[in-house]
Amino acid sequence: MNNVAAAQQTLKFDVEAIRREFPVLARMVHGKPLAFLDNGASAQRPNSVIAAVDDYERHHHANIHRGVHALSQEATALYEGARDRIAGFIGARSRNEIIFVRGTTEAINLVAQSFGRPSLQANDEILITHLEHHANIVPWQILCEQTGARLVVAPMDSRGEVHADAVEALMGPRTKIFACAHVSNALGTVLPVRRLIAGAKARGIATLIDGAQAIPHMAVDVQDLDCDFYAFSGHKMFGPTGIGVLYGRESILERMPPWQGGGDMILTVSFTKTTYNGLPHKFEAGTPNISGVVGLGAAVDFFGTLDLDAAHAHEQELLDYATCMLGKIEGLRMIGTAAHKASLVSFVVAGVHPHDLGTILDQDGIAIRTGHHCAMPVMEFFKVPATARASFAFYNTFDEIDRLGASIERARRLFA
Amino acid sequence: MELSDLYRDVILDHNRHPRNFGNLSPANATIEGFNPLCGDRLTLRLQLTDDRIADIRFEGQGCAISTASASLMTEAVKGKTRAEAEQLFERIHGLLTDDAAPVDEQLGKLAALSGVREFPARVKCASLCWHTLASALKAGQTASLPAVSTE
Repeated sequence: MNNVAAAQQTLKFDVEAIRREFPVLARMVHGKPLAFLDNGASAQRPNSVIAAVDDYERHHHANIHRGVHALSQEATALYEGARDRIAGFIGARSRNEIIFVRGTTEAINLVAQSFGRPSLQANDEILITHLEHHANIVPWQILCEQTGARLVVAPMDSRGEVHADAVEALMGPRTKIFACAHVSNALGTVLPVRRLIAGAKARGIATLIDGAQAIPHMAVDVQDLDCDFYAFSGHKMFGPTGIGVLYGRESILERMPPWQGGGDMILTVSFTKTTYNGLPHKFEAGTPNISGVVGLGAAVDFFGTLDLDAAHAHEQELLDYATCMLGKIEGLRMIGTAAHKASLVSFVVAGVHPHDLGTILDQDGIAIRTGHHCAMPVMEFFKVPATARASFAFYNTFDEIDRLGASIERARRLFA
Repeated sequence: MELSDLYRDVILDHNRHPRNFGNLSPANATIEGFNPLCGDRLTLRLQLTDDRIADIRFEGQGCAISTASASLMTEAVKGKTRAEAEQLFERIHGLLTDDAAPVDEQLGKLAALSGVREFPARVKCASLCWHTLASALKAGQTASLPAVSTE
């Protein structure tokens, strides 16, 4: 690490103190200290999340909303208490707007099937952008097959930027749903979602934002964004896997039919007539992932202990440092060079396939993602089969980025 | 588990200079292989004459392991009968997946692929072309076959 970077780090953000909260960061991989640069795929867990899940499993587990006994009441309080804190975390008007799902993918499928399917007609249009994750493409394609609607794709430019004018030009009288990423998982691009949402709203188009990659990197306020739906996953924000959130505007959620039928989502059932439970339970059929919700609540609490501005500033410094350092490596081409990016770098190295690079970096204890990042249309656009992606969290260091650079040089030498 | 065990000189050489790379015309069997995990794509073209692989070439994009494995494979099976090639597929399959199996010295250059088994995440890279070949041989002389996936 250079001295300027070191000075900035100590002044602004105590990264070593943060790292001590994440036990896995202390481990060795192939005899080297772990440099975990695959946070975009899944971030690590702090002690507080691990402890909250552990405490729940050891002392409070029972099914929720069902029993009059102590454990069921405790579990229910933990589950619903987490919902309240998550509602506050993203600025929802009401706890009824927080629907627990398995993750971002399930959230988008829920909206496609419960909101889209009953309301769309043949030749209606669903507008997305070119840089979407498969999870924000395929559910809409399925919906198109079911309804005869058409999928319209807004362009991105050679830097991986999406321009609001180009998107708004495609919002027509037949556009019923606009869905886009807040941050691109493959490129890091931060999209101008506020403006895009305003443009859609002015035309009466429903809006869904895939926030999976944004929620760990920036403060999200759904009322400020004014979107109709916002989807995110627990495990990308230092919580457990298998749990995520669909935020939905209450007035819209109320009009939507249930997505899945079962226990907990009903008020009364007979063989002739079933009445559904109210929000948010209408969309949570069956016993949910209670420990996951408890863990996600703890992850939200963890964010509350951080100086978020400093954490995000540190991530941007990591991004700048990595961009500058990787830019000096001969034959390295950055994929995604938007002016406004979250802290990830996607790249290819001449003569070294990303998959080989991933193996070589792993031998040096460095974890990155290689592949198409579930965004094959993005790979096609940049004419690459795959990229290597280093994605940073606030617990990453400049030293880890130096190691990344040295390891890439090692790979280049091997294949030279 | 050493990198030099995975990226042996034979592997690096066949990655840099893949043999039998490019289009094959005429070909009476064409089959595509796809590894959705990493995006590797491979097109294998064969000229089968009297149950023998008279010629074979491959095209596509892949990592060093996948490219070298395809290059080594085409060298090894050219001129072999269908039965001989299928037998070789079985031996390579064992070599890639069975940690305990001794490395068969008779495999010659192909024995270089044995380093892959220490890297479980990379076994599919090495086996893609072999699975693709096995499907092509099973189907026989068909103009175009459904794609093979390692997932």
